[in-house]
Amino acid sequence: MIWLLGGILLIAGSGIPGLLLRRDGNAGERLACVLLLGGILLCGVPLAAAFTGAPAAFSRPWTVPAGRFAVGLDSLSTAFIAPLLLVVAAGAIYGLGYWPQRTHPGSGRKLRLFYGLVSGAMLLLLTARNGLLFLAAWETMALSGYFLITCEDRLAEVRRAGYIYLIATHCGTLALFGMFALLGQAGGTALFPPAGALPAVGSALIFLLGLFGFGMKAGLMPLHIWLPGAHAAAPSHVSAVLSGVMIKTGIYGLVRLTSFFAEIPAWWGWTILLLGALSGILGVLLALAQHDIKRLLAYHSVENIGIIALGLGLALLGRSYAQPALVLLGLSGCLLHVINHGLFKALLFLSAGSVIEAVGSREIDHFGGLLKRQRWTGLFFLGAAVAICGLPPFNGFVSEWLIYLAAFTPLQRSDPALFPALLAAPVLALIGGLALACFVKVFGISFLGAARSAGAAEAREAPSAMLWPMGALLLACAWIGLLPTSLRPLLERAAGDWLGAAALPPLAAELAPLGAISLAAWLLLALLLLVGWGLGRRSRGLPREVGSWGCGYRVATPRMQYTASSFADTLVRLFRFGLWSSYRGGRVDGLLPEATEFAVRTPDPVLDRTLGPTFALLGRLFQRLSCLIQNGTAAIYLLYIALTLLVLLTLLPR
Amino acid sequence: MISRIVLQLAVLLLFAPLPLGVITKTKALFAGRVGPPLLQPYHDLARLWRKGFVFSRTTTWVFLAGPVVGLVVPLLAALLLPFGGLPAPLSFSGDLILFVYLFGLARFFTAAAALDTGSSFEGMGAAREVSFACLAEPTLLFSLLVLARGADRLALGDLLGPQLADRWSGGNGASLGLILVSLFVVLLVENSRIPFDDPNTHLELTMIHEVMVLDHSGPALGMVLYGAALKLMVQGALLVRLALPLQTGSQVLDLLLFLAGLLGLAVLIGVIESSMARLRLPRVPQVLVGTLLLSVFALVLVLR
Repeated sequence: MIWLLGGILLIAGSGIPGLLLRRDGNAGERLACVLLLGGILLCGVPLAAAFTGAPAAFSRPWTVPAGRFAVGLDSLSTAFIAPLLLVVAAGAIYGLGYWPQRTHPGSGRKLRLFYGLVSGAMLLLLTARNGLLFLAAWETMALSGYFLITCEDRLAEVRRAGYIYLIATHCGTLALFGMFALLGQAGGTALFPPAGALPAVGSALIFLLGLFGFGMKAGLMPLHIWLPGAHAAAPSHVSAVLSGVMIKTGIYGLVRLTSFFAEIPAWWGWTILLLGALSGILGVLLALAQHDIKRLLAYHSVENIGIIALGLGLALLGRSYAQPALVLLGLSGCLLHVINHGLFKALLFLSAGSVIEAVGSREIDHFGGLLKRQRWTGLFFLGAAVAICGLPPFNGFVSEWLIYLAAFTPLQRSDPALFPALLAAPVLALIGGLALACFVKVFGISFLGAARSAGAAEAREAPSAMLWPMGALLLACAWIGLLPTSLRPLLERAAGDWLGAAALPPLAAELAPLGAISLAAWLLLALLLLVGWGLGRRSRGLPREVGSWGCGYRVATPRMQYTASSFADTLVRLFRFGLWSSYRGGRVDGLLPEATEFAVRTPDPVLDRTLGPTFALLGRLFQRLSCLIQNGTAAIYLLYIALTLLVLLTLLPR
Repeated sequence: MISRIVLQLAVLLLFAPLPLGVITKTKALFAGRVGPPLLQPYHDLARLWRKGFVFSRTTTWVFLAGPVVGLVVPLLAALLLPFGGLPAPLSFSGDLILFVYLFGLARFFTAAAALDTGSSFEGMGAAREVSFACLAEPTLLFSLLVLARGADRLALGDLLGPQLADRWSGGNGASLGLILVSLFVVLLVENSRIPFDDPNTHLELTMIHEVMVLDHSGPALGMVLYGAALKLMVQGALLVRLALPLQTGSQVLDLLLFLAGLLGLAVLIGVIESSMARLRLPRVPQVLVGTLLLSVFALVLVLR
């Protein structure tokens, strides 16, 4: 454990030496990267031990009241830390090419400082075994996150996103303070109780506060308001860490919290299942309607958090209704999807960053034909897109497959109360279909066809410092997709950690088909390579010198290509009751119509359509009230003083 | 296991183009024509394989990945299904999800290949294909839930195995009938048949699947057509097995019965194509949602 604590310190302090070095030189950023990678290597030592099933713990008295300084590393923490280390390392190396201090002297040092701090705080949070320590790490993470998001604080849009993030995260933290206070009261100490130790009686408030606080960080549907803006505003490798890892701390909180209780009331599982379905469907629909590539990816994070919540909800239901198979499959799916989403979402943000850097825009409709100019970035984006759609042979399929199996479980073991949980399967299928539509749109419009803007026509491939980390992440995605059995022991032990004393009966059969999935994935890959090689050999070196078929029209221009909004239009109109898109212009009148404009926008239904107007109304109301009270007439103020005195004199006892 | 895989693939690869010939012949008979010979699809494929390629200058390697994935996916998916007397060579708990997602992979690359040409017509086709599939997938999952009710193992080989005949005669006949209809509609959508799409139309604006492959030529077009034939046979196999769960005991007889069932399905598709008009595009989602409700009723019936 000493290794881990040392590593955390090294990572958290990795940006400090750079503060003493030149702001526009590259010594500081390289030193920060080396220190961070060194810290990650240090953390890797105890992690490798935990991977093979040796949990570690460290505890000593401290001067802070309530309990001891306690950290621990079990399989549950390991499942969250492993992707964290990989994503943080990839992001740090990528940052050397993406945000060099030479071109960003104003924000480069700040970025490194808080990048290290946020990573160290997340590591501490995932290993903390004391409520106060957890809260301290949580708040460090949340505040460092704010400074990372507002890296480019000269832009009004970025300041607004940071402001909303700050409000949201503090509302969540407030709920967590309440939750840990109640938890400390129930357990008698701020130390985390062991798994399955607390009675479920009287824990409803603890669960609701935890659901609000952790759900806010994770971005479950009505609480996701900070997420799209913040992910779009931050530099791309920071978005990768925020979306790939930071929002998962919310899921970690929920998983850890539910592990404390001996029995789980059924309504907990149903609530999380319902929120998961809502986040999944609405998240992907909102993503489909976006034209800004980073906002789009941010909404996909909401969707994937929904899928993770579906798995967690099924696992909780399995505990309530005493169905061990449901517990194991649901929790394995949930944890594996946490790992998988961390990998492929980070890869998507990194490759999107490479595209944005090359084209100089975030609008999908300004890209086009980039696969010819950025062949590696395009390949990495394609791999991650296939993975996030849950398609074989990549990793997304494996975790979604586990959640599907969990959703099918109530069929076999008849408990009619569990039948509504069957609906998770078609919901997941709908989410999968919509995600596929969305990623065909993003990949097709951005990377295929002809360039849609001058920037896209002159795009250059990213430097190798940005390409290697992306390649490593794609390899990790392929690894889990092709060899899912290598993670099976970790998932089984994590389920054991979650259940505590009420250990699982041996369920070797439930996860056994993972081997067959692996076989099918290899078979698919081999067949694809074989047939692709055959066709490639026949078509090698053939000229590409004719235009695409245009129904006989010969002077087609790149502007006539199908756009991102037209691609999504069928589905957006079909689900308009949940999206409330606004359409402007586009009416064509008469035989010889004049030039006209058409625009379709889909603002966030919670933030922009509900909370924004409500708070604006309240603001106006209070402003009018304060104008009425503070009207600037001296006589009125004297009257206030006299009235106050009068009230005090009547109220106070003599 | 290797010999069973080879046998299954051989049946699939050799037989798949025949149902297409049967469909064309049925339509010709309805129209009062003689029509092309039954084996015409085989000749078409052989001719395309001998031709050369024409590539648009906007295309990249993704353009060729579409036909490759479209051909490989039905091959792998076929290994998960029993073909009449032949049991499924690759069968494990949860393979039905793999079956559904494999076709998702094919859809991803077919649509991406269409967008690679930069033509707005192909963009339209790709958008329609992925949009309608979103509505067809939940129906498919509801049908699979109905099929999986009461089974010990979530493997297609088991769900479509010998116990299916008992379920038809037992209390589940009504719900199996409902999902048979739902799955038939999904088959028509997925394989772009009338009333959802017309494989013979030559108006680019109104097509779905055909417009996506407008730019393919020579061997690549051959692979697209062959892949479509394989897909029709694999998805048809699911339907035929569900409708004809008879098991005579002799493997050869069972296989022949199964292949005859596939030809019967082809005749049915031909009759529908001859007697119905194509739906207007805005109507397609309504029909799909209706089918979805049908499969929900089937699930409710089977859970009661």
